[in-house]
Amino acid sequence: MKFAVVVFPGSTGDADMAHAIRDVLGCDADYVRHDGSTLDGFDAIVLPGGFSYGDYLRCGALAGVSAIIPAIKAAADASKPILGVGNGFQILTEIGLLPGALIRNRDTKFICGPAVLTVENADIGFTNKYNPRETITLPIAHGWGSYYADENTLATLKANNRIVFTYQDNPDGSAENIAGIVSEGGNVLGMMPHPERAVERLLGSDDGLRLFQSILQTWRAGV
Amino acid sequence: MYEVKVFVTLKESIIDPAGTAVKDALHRLDFAEVQTVRVEKMIRMTIASTDEIEARIEAMCKALLVNTVMEDYRYEIEKIS
Amino acid sequence: MISPLEMEQSRLYTQMGMTDDEFQLVKDSLGRLPNYTELGLFSVMWSEHCSYKNSKVLLRQFPTRGERVLQGPGEGAGIVDIGDGLAVVFKLESHNHPSAVEPFEGAATGVGGILRDVFSMGARPIAILSSMRFGELTTKRTKYLFEQAVAGSAAYANAIGVPIAGGDTQFDDCYASNPLVNVMCVGLIRHADIKKGVAEGVGNTVMYVGAPTGRDGIHGATFASTELSDESEQESPNVQAGDPFVEKRLMEACLEVMQSTALVGIQDMGAAGLISSSSEMASKAGTGIELHLDQVPQREPNMTPYEMMLSESQERMLLVVARGREAEVAALFTKYDLDAVAIGQVTGDGMVRLIHKNEVCAEVPADALAKSAPEYHKPSQEAAYYRAQQDIQAEIAPITDYGQTLLDLLAQPTIASKRWISHQCDYMVGTNTVLPPGSDGAVLRIRGTDKAISMAVDCNARYVYLDPYMGGKIAVAEAARNIVASGGMPLAVTDNLNFGSPENPEIFWQMEQAVRGISAACGVFETPVIGGNVSLYNERSGAAIYPTPTIGMVGLIDNLSHVTASAFDRAGDGIYLLGETHPEFGGSELQKMQNNGKISGRPPGIDLEIEKRNQDLLLSAIRAGLVTAAHDSAEGGLAVCLAECLMAGKTSIGATLDITTEDITAFLFSESQSRFLVSVAPEHQAAFADLTGAQRLGRTTDTGRLDVSINGAPILAIPVGQMRTHWEGAIECLLTAED
Repeated sequence: MKFAVVVFPGSTGDADMAHAIRDVLGCDADYVRHDGSTLDGFDAIVLPGGFSYGDYLRCGALAGVSAIIPAIKAAADASKPILGVGNGFQILTEIGLLPGALIRNRDTKFICGPAVLTVENADIGFTNKYNPRETITLPIAHGWGSYYADENTLATLKANNRIVFTYQDNPDGSAENIAGIVSEGGNVLGMMPHPERAVERLLGSDDGLRLFQSILQTWRAGV
Repeated sequence: MYEVKVFVTLKESIIDPAGTAVKDALHRLDFAEVQTVRVEKMIRMTIASTDEIEARIEAMCKALLVNTVMEDYRYEIEKIS
Repeated sequence: MISPLEMEQSRLYTQMGMTDDEFQLVKDSLGRLPNYTELGLFSVMWSEHCSYKNSKVLLRQFPTRGERVLQGPGEGAGIVDIGDGLAVVFKLESHNHPSAVEPFEGAATGVGGILRDVFSMGARPIAILSSMRFGELTTKRTKYLFEQAVAGSAAYANAIGVPIAGGDTQFDDCYASNPLVNVMCVGLIRHADIKKGVAEGVGNTVMYVGAPTGRDGIHGATFASTELSDESEQESPNVQAGDPFVEKRLMEACLEVMQSTALVGIQDMGAAGLISSSSEMASKAGTGIELHLDQVPQREPNMTPYEMMLSESQERMLLVVARGREAEVAALFTKYDLDAVAIGQVTGDGMVRLIHKNEVCAEVPADALAKSAPEYHKPSQEAAYYRAQQDIQAEIAPITDYGQTLLDLLAQPTIASKRWISHQCDYMVGTNTVLPPGSDGAVLRIRGTDKAISMAVDCNARYVYLDPYMGGKIAVAEAARNIVASGGMPLAVTDNLNFGSPENPEIFWQMEQAVRGISAACGVFETPVIGGNVSLYNERSGAAIYPTPTIGMVGLIDNLSHVTASAFDRAGDGIYLLGETHPEFGGSELQKMQNNGKISGRPPGIDLEIEKRNQDLLLSAIRAGLVTAAHDSAEGGLAVCLAECLMAGKTSIGATLDITTEDITAFLFSESQSRFLVSVAPEHQAAFADLTGAQRLGRTTDTGRLDVSINGAPILAIPVGQMRTHWEGAIECLLTAED
């Protein structure tokens, strides 16, 4: 299985993502630049964390008008798995692949540390190696990670089981304690916590590894 | 040539943590009369003359400058030459 | 423009911080009077900040050589071999004066500058540690300085994606108007990739990369070399603003261009910007440089040569590129949306020649600027207070409630949890951070090996104030102790000497004594000083800070299995004390707390041989697999040390100690040096005791409580949760309290 890790100017999580996929999961990963035009030949697309375009204007807004974006949308339409983490999640909401927006943390400060999450939906292609309602710990590191959507959107997300992860101790003021959501088609996942930083016990937690293993298992089952 | 100012603010329905922080700080500095604070951003551009300036600015706002999921906007246009 | 003769007659140079003698030296080296631009170049290159003219005589005392040292002082940063063809590159630097005036940007650009020092050597930065000193968190101004400096350094590092893996932050009134913001950056490099800042090869092209030049920070280097006045807050043009988004692209682009044979040399435009980078690169290579200033990218109109050469605009690098390969290099930078612009060439005549609007506007020997600054050995005089303090017995008021005293100590900001800081810093990006901030050493694994590195920054300035020689030794010892407690062997040191004005003989004496102490300790620990920085004139209205020679140290952990945390996570382990306790309270946290911030007497003593022996014993025990956790005893003494081990551990873990001692207060709160608290699994206790001779104090329990009995009588019983509440909430509580 071959992953694309899309690199925008200012991405900082690209190398961590590639490390998790290559060295721990054992799959191929190539970097694809923001000014590329195609994602052909990749089985999954990852938008890593960081500060694309310095977070200027709005987090993810300037990355959202990059040359590579149409290819990402096309991959979403083709039902390929697309994972956006941190800034990647912000970009996915900016380009409309996921609803809502990420606004400034409740206390206005950047927060870094472990976050305890509940896996709300363990049935999708990103989470089928977790148990339903399982408690996991993943790191967060964001200043603009407070999830916002209007009431109708939140109701729709809930009704369709599209809230994938919630915080047990809401650190940033996210609506409905939302830490991650999935698209209607189930193939686009955006989340503020960083699964790629939790793939090795040496670094404190490997709770994130099963997310990548789920993607791999789902891909194998579908091939 | 026009000078255009686009004012972007969080929707009234959304808590503005930066505004709240500023308000609290003003209160600590004894500006007790301050009732509400909303932090806005203003984007200032000079734009070459064009026939449909308002339509163009609307398009810019929707394409990039504003995220209408969470933000409201208004703009001022001034002809400078 | 003022004429050379007028400048001489009006002694304009004194306004630029130059003495009559120095002006004479300039005339001698040129064989004529300098023009205005040239005088500006000399004044900034011969400032303390760039030339170390007042401190060089002391810095020479440092041991700088060692088997593992690949690059000692003199380049952007020092380099130390860690085996496997890899090396670590590191340096500590200060941004004190800018942070006192504009703390957010001052701290942010401090991070930016030290990052460039490291990646300009060809190394990828992998960790940042910050060492900060502020006044007590009781005034609006100090809170503002603290909050903004923390936010600024975090914002910059987070956006670059280099983890702030650790640091130390302390509070004392002496820093109220003059905070210290020291930042250490550690990078990783393959030996083959090491680059130096040299302008070799006559005819090669000098290229400018990065942000355009503005008028910001002009005379920042001389600004850093004079005492802050109350007007300094109005002097904001001297403070530079940073743009981490440019820096991030600059870093990635530079690391890529370094793989190209087109690159000959590269150097950061740091203090004194274009003039220091160009003259130093030429001087090191024995060449000259000719610059065409009209080609320099400029952010503001009508900039003069003087302004362009002295600007300290951030995020700029100077490159020397093989002639004919400029387009190749420019194309590489274009990929990162950066312009690389040819602004001059390397010459063979040893001169820095500046051409502006088709006229030569300055022509000065590169060596005169970079190497020929005068050196001073300032008068030195033993500080009057020192003798007096030596004769004072550091008394401590009798303690009735040991538990409450411990809780009060845990809430002292210097001891309190720094979670409020580390929470705002991305300490995990890069996915190498093995031990989170708050551990003794910040530990990062080295990918592709079984090794890790451990890093620490330390300085207890109260000890240094009371006895600069002893305090200097202790600063190094404590850094080494932190490295060893995490399982590492100390390798080398970088230092940042933060002092008051060297014109004051008593301050110069403090410097002399501290440097002597640091040198002695570095000799015993075999940790050469591979680079560093000096920050003088840290005073306001004649009151100097405590002398603060910050020590940054890097150690090597041979095997990942040796990484040792300070957290007590298991019940039933034996708790041991390695090292001896004496009643030593001079400069201690307890003394400061009891005396409303004042300190007196002699600081704790240190015997470097005993220190080294205890460190070696602990490291042997760790390597033999006998240790489950280890922590060095520092501010607040053993009780605080024990509390920290418990608070860092699982919530269910407690400890019970049963001690025989005649001096309960000393046992709990003395700051005697060379001590470690160690936990050992039952099956290893006999071997551990045999190897180290450490004293058994008690054991860990599953009660979630700390119980201490002395001479059979219970004197202290506190739930760990209660300690944690005091310790974790203290800084937030101070920040939100009304003045």
